[in-house]
Amino acid sequence: MTLLRGRGYASVNYPTGMNLGGDPSQALIHATTMGGFVVSLSSVDLGQGLKTVIAQCAAETLGLPMENIIIDTADTDTGPHCMGTFASRGTHRVGNAVIMAAREAREVMLQVAADELEVDAADLETDGSGFISLKGASEKRIHISDVALAAHFKQGKTISGRGIFLKEPSTPVPETGEMDPDSCQAHACTVAEVEVDDETGVIEVLTLHNAYEIGRALNPAMATQQVEGGAWMGVSHALFESTEPYYPASRAHGPIDFSEYLMPGPADIPVQTSIILERPASNGPFGAKGIGEMTANAPIPAIANAVFDACGVRLTTMPFTPESVLRGLDELRAGAAVQ
Amino acid sequence: MARINPIDTEYFKDERTSDFNVIGTTVQRSDARGHVTGRTVFFEDMMLPDLAFVKMHRSSRHHAMIVDVDLSQARQVPGVLRVITHADVPQNWYTVLRLIGVEPNDEPVLAEDRVLYLGEPIVAIVADTEAAAIEGAAQVKVTYSDLPIVLDVEEALAEGAPVIKQAGTNYFVYEGHHARRIRFGDVEKGFAAADHLFEWRYSSAPIEHAPTETTGCIVIPQGGGRLQIHSNTQAAFFTLDNTALILDRPFTDLQVKGGTVGGGFGGKVDVMVEPVACIAATLINRPVKFVYTREEEMQVSSPRAAERIYIKDGVMNDGRIVARKVMLYVDAGAYSRHTPYGTTKAAAHLPGPYTIPNVYADCHCVYTNRTPSSAMRGFGVTIADFALESQMDRIARALDIDPLQFRLRNAYRDGDLKAHRKIASGTALIEVIQRAAALVGHDLPEEYRAMSSSTPRGA
Amino acid sequence: MSARIVNLVVNGSRKGMIAYPETTLLTGLREALGLMGTKRGCAQGACGSCTVLLDGEPVVSCLVPALVVDGSSVQTIEGLADGNDLNDLQQAFLDGFATQCGFCTPGMIMSAEALLARNPDPTLEDVNEAISGNVCRCTGYERIVSAILDGAHRRRTRAAATASPEDRDALSPAPQPTEATS
Repeated sequence: MTLLRGRGYASVNYPTGMNLGGDPSQALIHATTMGGFVVSLSSVDLGQGLKTVIAQCAAETLGLPMENIIIDTADTDTGPHCMGTFASRGTHRVGNAVIMAAREAREVMLQVAADELEVDAADLETDGSGFISLKGASEKRIHISDVALAAHFKQGKTISGRGIFLKEPSTPVPETGEMDPDSCQAHACTVAEVEVDDETGVIEVLTLHNAYEIGRALNPAMATQQVEGGAWMGVSHALFESTEPYYPASRAHGPIDFSEYLMPGPADIPVQTSIILERPASNGPFGAKGIGEMTANAPIPAIANAVFDACGVRLTTMPFTPESVLRGLDELRAGAAVQ
Repeated sequence: MARINPIDTEYFKDERTSDFNVIGTTVQRSDARGHVTGRTVFFEDMMLPDLAFVKMHRSSRHHAMIVDVDLSQARQVPGVLRVITHADVPQNWYTVLRLIGVEPNDEPVLAEDRVLYLGEPIVAIVADTEAAAIEGAAQVKVTYSDLPIVLDVEEALAEGAPVIKQAGTNYFVYEGHHARRIRFGDVEKGFAAADHLFEWRYSSAPIEHAPTETTGCIVIPQGGGRLQIHSNTQAAFFTLDNTALILDRPFTDLQVKGGTVGGGFGGKVDVMVEPVACIAATLINRPVKFVYTREEEMQVSSPRAAERIYIKDGVMNDGRIVARKVMLYVDAGAYSRHTPYGTTKAAAHLPGPYTIPNVYADCHCVYTNRTPSSAMRGFGVTIADFALESQMDRIARALDIDPLQFRLRNAYRDGDLKAHRKIASGTALIEVIQRAAALVGHDLPEEYRAMSSSTPRGA
Repeated sequence: MSARIVNLVVNGSRKGMIAYPETTLLTGLREALGLMGTKRGCAQGACGSCTVLLDGEPVVSCLVPALVVDGSSVQTIEGLADGNDLNDLQQAFLDGFATQCGFCTPGMIMSAEALLARNPDPTLEDVNEAISGNVCRCTGYERIVSAILDGAHRRRTRAAATASPEDRDALSPAPQPTEATS
C-alpha cells in the first residue's frame, strides 16, 4: 500500500446573470416615520445571505447605518417582481435595483433635510452615522429620524424610491450562436493536492488553494463562505455524488437517503487557503460580480488533474470512485507489463 | 474572530476604489441569530389545525403506456378526502420556460396516457393526515404496458432509436437545428494547420442538489378566494406565474410568500409541488401541504444533468490552441424543464476562458427515460469545466509545457473576441492564475508574471 | 387507533401533547407543541437536522416514537438562550459565520451541546465525530467545527472565571490552539 501525492490545477470563469439576460429584478424603498427604510422585494435568500448584502447596498447608497435598513422579502403582493435566485444573479440584479431605488429615496431625503436646515441639498453629505450634515460644517446637521418626521408630518413628502435592473434579452443567432449571454464574468484558479491510496483507490483531497476574482466582495466573510462551501460541494461532486451509480446503463440502486448518497463529512474536508481579487464590474453593484455558483467548479478538474499527477490515472468520468482509480492502475500495470 | 479570505488589493489598483462605509466590511449576517436560536421561519414552520396533506402515486416504470388506473381502493382509505388525476388539472401540459418563449409544452402535471420516467407523478391523494395520504397513494393501482426504454444520450440520437417524445424527436429543436450551435472561424482549417491534434471524451452522472430542506409548499385558501402559497421556491413570481397558467386562473388570484430557503442550489426552481397543492386546497377549501420526502428529493426531483463531452483540439508546438471542436450531450431526462436554456448556457461558456480563433460546438439537449434534469449550481458550466480543464492539463503534459504557463498563453484578455462573438471585458483569468501560483509557490517566469488582462495580446 | 397524552418536560417546562402511534418526537414537538426550531430533513435518521437532547442524550427525534417517551425530558434549540442572551455556543456560531441557510444549525448545535456536556475540552477529532451524523450542504463544515471549538473554549473560560479556587485547579489549564488551517 502506497500513498501517492499529486497536485493539479484548474482555471475557470463564470458568468453573472441568467443566460441571455431578460431577467429583471425590482426594488421599492420607503422611509418609516422615524427614519427606518423598508426595502420591499420578492427576492429569495437561499442561505447565501442575499438579505444581508442587499441591506449593505441600501445602507451604503442612502448613507445610513445598517440598523436603519429593514429588508422585507418575499411576498409577491408587496414585493415587486424579481426573476428569482439562480444563475448567480441575486447580488448583481437585486443589488443594482436596490441601489437605484435608494438613490431616488436619498435624493428626496436630502431635499427634505436641506429644507429643514435651510441650505442647498447639494451641500449636504452623509457619513453612515445617521446624520445628514453640511459639508465642511458638520455641526450643522440633522438626524434621519428628524428628517423622516419632517417629511411625513410637516412637508408632506414621500422619502421613497423605485429601482429595476434589466439586462436586455439577447437572442442567439441559430446558425452561429452569436449572442450576448452575460453581464460580466468572475474568475477562479484552484490548486488541489491529493493523496491516492494505490491499494484501495481512495482519493483524499488534502488541500485546496483558491484565487478568486469577483469584482467586489461586498461582504468578505460571506464571500468566504461561498468559496469554502462551494469547494466542499466540488470535492463532493468529484469524489462521491451520483443519483445513478450505474449511469447510463441502469437506473438501479439509486440512493434514497444520506447513508447512500455520500458526501464528505467534517473529518474529510481539505485544508483551504483562499484569496480574493477584485476587478470591479462596470455594471455590478459597487462592482460586484456573482459568486454563488462557480465555487464548486474549479476544484473538480483540479482534483482530477492532481490524481493524474499522483498516480498516472486519468479520470474522465465523474464521480472519481475508488473503483475507477483501481481500474486505471490495473490498466497502467498491464500496459507497463506489455512493454 | 472569523477567518476571512483576504482581498489582495495589489491587483487592479487603478480600477478599485474603496471609500465605503459598509460595502466591503464584514457585517454580521442578519439571519444568523434566527438560525442559532431556531427562530428563522422556513415555509413549513407554521401550525395549521386543519391542515391536509398531499402525497403522490408515481410511476414504477421507466417508459410505458398507462392501461388502467384503479382508484377504488385508494378512495376507501380512511382520511382520504380527494383523489386528483390529470382530469382535475385545468392546463395539464406546460413547460416551465414558456414564459420566456421556450416551446413546446412538453410535460404533463399529472400523467395522462403514458409515463416517461420512473417516479413520474400520476395520481395525487389529498388526506386528513400524512399517514392517510401515504396509504392512499400506496393503494392506487396502475396497469402499464411497457414501451422501449432509452437511457443513453448518444443512443437516443442514433438512427432508428425509439422516439420517446410526442413532439417527434429525442432532442430539443433549436430553431430548426438539432443542437445549440457555435460556429466561429473554421475548425477544419485550424486542425489542418495544427502541429498536434488531441481528442478525448469526458462524462458525468446525474447529481442531486441534496438541500437539507426538501422541496415543498403549503397552500392556504384565503377568505376572498385567493390562494396564499408558502413555498421554498427560489423564484416567487416564476412559481406564481407558472402555477396560474396551470390552474388557468388570473395571476392576481395567487400570492406567493417565502424568501427563506434551507438550501436551493437550483433544485427549487422547477414548479413541482405548488400546482397540485393549489388544486387540492381549492377542492377542499382547507390548507394543504405538499412536501417531498427525502426519497422523492433524491430520486424524483430534478438532478444536475449527466453530460457527455467530446473535445478535439488543434494545438501548435508553442502551446497555442488554434482550433477547438466540442460535441456536448446533455441528458435532459424525460422532459425539458430548464435544460434547453442550460444547454445554450453551456454553448455560451465554450471554449472556456481562452481565446481560440476557430471554435465549433454542437450542444445537444437530449431526452431519455430518466428523471428530468434541471438547473443546478453551475448550470451548463460545471461539467464542461471538468472536461475543459482536464483537457488543458492533458495537452500541457503532452507538449511538456508547464500547466499554468499553458493556460496563460491561451488565456483570454480584454478586447478578445469570444466564440459567441461578444468582446471580452473585465477579464482576470491571467491574474487569478498568477495569484494562485504565488499562493502555492509555483514559480512563473518573468514574462508570465508580467502578463495582464488589460494588455492586448502581443503588446 | 386512538390518541394518547404524552407528558414531557420540554426546555424545563411541563408539556402534554396528543400523540398517535405514528407521531414521532419530531412531529410532536413541531406540530403538537409548535416548537419549529427542530427541523425535518429526511425523517430517516440520516441527516441529524432533527437532533434534540432526550434525557440528556442526543437523538434523531424523527425516529423516536412519541408514545415511548412519556415522562422524559427534552431539550431543543429553543431552550438554549437565556432570554435574549445567546449561550456561548450560539454566540460562537454567530461570530464565526458558521451558518448559511441555517437549516442544519439547530441539529448541529444540539449535537455540540451533547458533546460539551460529556467532554468540555474536545479535540478536533472529538468534534468531527460528534457532528458526523449532522449533514450540512452549505458551509463545508470548517466554520462549524471552529465554532464548536471556540464555543467550548468560551464555556471553559467562563466556568473557570466563576469557579472556586479548588474547582479551578481541576479544570483544564490554558486552552489548546485550534488546528491551524491556513
